[in-house]
Amino acid sequence: MDWIALLILIIQCFVIALGVTTAFAYLTLFERRLLARFQNRIGPNRAGPNGFLQPVADAVKLFFKEDVVPSAANRAVYLLAPAMAVIPAIIIWAVIPFGCLDIRGNWQACFEPQATTPLQNILQVAEINIGVLYLLAVTSIGVYGITLAGWASNNKYSMLGGIRSAAHLVSYELALACAVLAVVMTYGTFSTHQIVVAQAGLWGIVPQFLAFVIFMIAATAEVVRLPFDLVEAEQELVGGYNTEYGSMKFALFFMTEYIKLIAVSAIAVIFFMGGWRFPGLYTLGAGVENLAGPMAASIAVGLASLGAFLLKLVAFLFLSVWIRASWPRMRYDRLMDLGWKWLLPLALLNIVYTAVAFVLIPNETLASFVLLALGVLTLVIAMGINRVPKPVDNVTYVKDLKEMG
Amino acid sequence: MFGELVKGLRTTLKYMFRQPVTVQYPEVKRPVRERFRGRHELKRFADGSERCIGCSLCAAACPADAILVIPAENEPDNPRSPGERYAATYEINMLRCIFCGYCEDACPTNAIVLEHQYELSFYDRRASIFTKEMLLVPEDQGHGEPPPVLKQIERRPSPPAQIDL
Repeated sequence: MDWIALLILIIQCFVIALGVTTAFAYLTLFERRLLARFQNRIGPNRAGPNGFLQPVADAVKLFFKEDVVPSAANRAVYLLAPAMAVIPAIIIWAVIPFGCLDIRGNWQACFEPQATTPLQNILQVAEINIGVLYLLAVTSIGVYGITLAGWASNNKYSMLGGIRSAAHLVSYELALACAVLAVVMTYGTFSTHQIVVAQAGLWGIVPQFLAFVIFMIAATAEVVRLPFDLVEAEQELVGGYNTEYGSMKFALFFMTEYIKLIAVSAIAVIFFMGGWRFPGLYTLGAGVENLAGPMAASIAVGLASLGAFLLKLVAFLFLSVWIRASWPRMRYDRLMDLGWKWLLPLALLNIVYTAVAFVLIPNETLASFVLLALGVLTLVIAMGINRVPKPVDNVTYVKDLKEMG
Repeated sequence: MFGELVKGLRTTLKYMFRQPVTVQYPEVKRPVRERFRGRHELKRFADGSERCIGCSLCAAACPADAILVIPAENEPDNPRSPGERYAATYEINMLRCIFCGYCEDACPTNAIVLEHQYELSFYDRRASIFTKEMLLVPEDQGHGEPPPVLKQIERRPSPPAQIDL
């Protein structure tokens, strides 16, 4: 590896790490303003123009707060846990393709499934051939930070929050992985870049509609957002695993949660919404090349793809905030019920559908639409079967007791 | 189940396009009700003389003991108020005041009125004492004619009140 490549890599790492942190800061503002609008309020609009400096104010406040370590806490683990939570959240971003900008002007390589010349895409830190496995592995590691934080705080609420997060993750990780597996089966690759390239015609949501629904539910549970935020259910657990944390250590947990939220939205975009693709991107590249040469075309394609990716990402984040504003939290037993009895069987069924459809139907487009129909049908049937049980009348009345003697 | 979820989403989305109900306070102030009891004002008559005649009935009526009145005799050729006396010192401690409005009820000349100003904050306790200069309305904002019962200033010196029995 020559030193220019190394320099580019270091700059990429810095830009992405800082960019993701900034994105977190502004996601909090985005969420607060949007939630406020859903609730007929205005939201923070005082710090800077339109509240634009609110994240800065929050950060300054958190930095200057007193940093307390509870005397009964396990000091080493207590201090280590926030780092163990936040580092996986940031390194998820290594394999996520934000766009496709070939620095040598070879923009056609972005659209070729089997690139003849190796692609030098500077909008993705690491194009590795097991990117999807990496994503699944790293998103799961983050739970150690949360569980350890709950344990090390030596507080019953934190402990319960930590245990819940572990149980939560085990239940939903399986369904999530099975949904992702069906996507991998559809496109025949573990590389995130190749999955995006393969979505040239139909986006992933068409053949994998069922997987998309499962992925969205499981991913929401994975990042403990409403309606699955049992881990930090304020009414029951004070603050959950981060009850004993304050100052910047709390901010790190907060950061973990939001960065993971952005990350799973990005993963959903990559798997199901065509990643950085949009119709006409290739035409744009060809047009700019005719006008200004391959380098300009490469930059144009890069920026356009980056813009498309970010736009889709924001749409998913909006959906997440919208859901948070609308739905109540699930009960814990219902959560487990949904994870094990519904999502996992549906995800397994989807794997079967995918395998059978692509083997029996040689035409891929036809197979995709057959899968879409099967997915919708399965969901409708599942929703028909899954009736909410009527509350059981198991109250003991005084008159019954009297009758019993 | 699915229908309820969609219903929830639709409801919140509908609310998103409504006008926020927030009043942006320091810039936009919501008008208070007509009978709102805020900071006191000492009124004047139309001719510019003070309505307060220094009778101290407001101080007597005050359940929180927030009012201090020290009356003084009017100078005959330069009277401050139409009566015999006027308030030389008139202070209200806003930390003690409970804005009950009893002083208003007690005042025989309608001199003290609880008005609509409610932004009463101060950095130290000393600043909570509002003096007569702060409470008195400007001279050109008087209203009404002094009642005839107060126009006994020509009969001065008036006989002293028979209180020593």
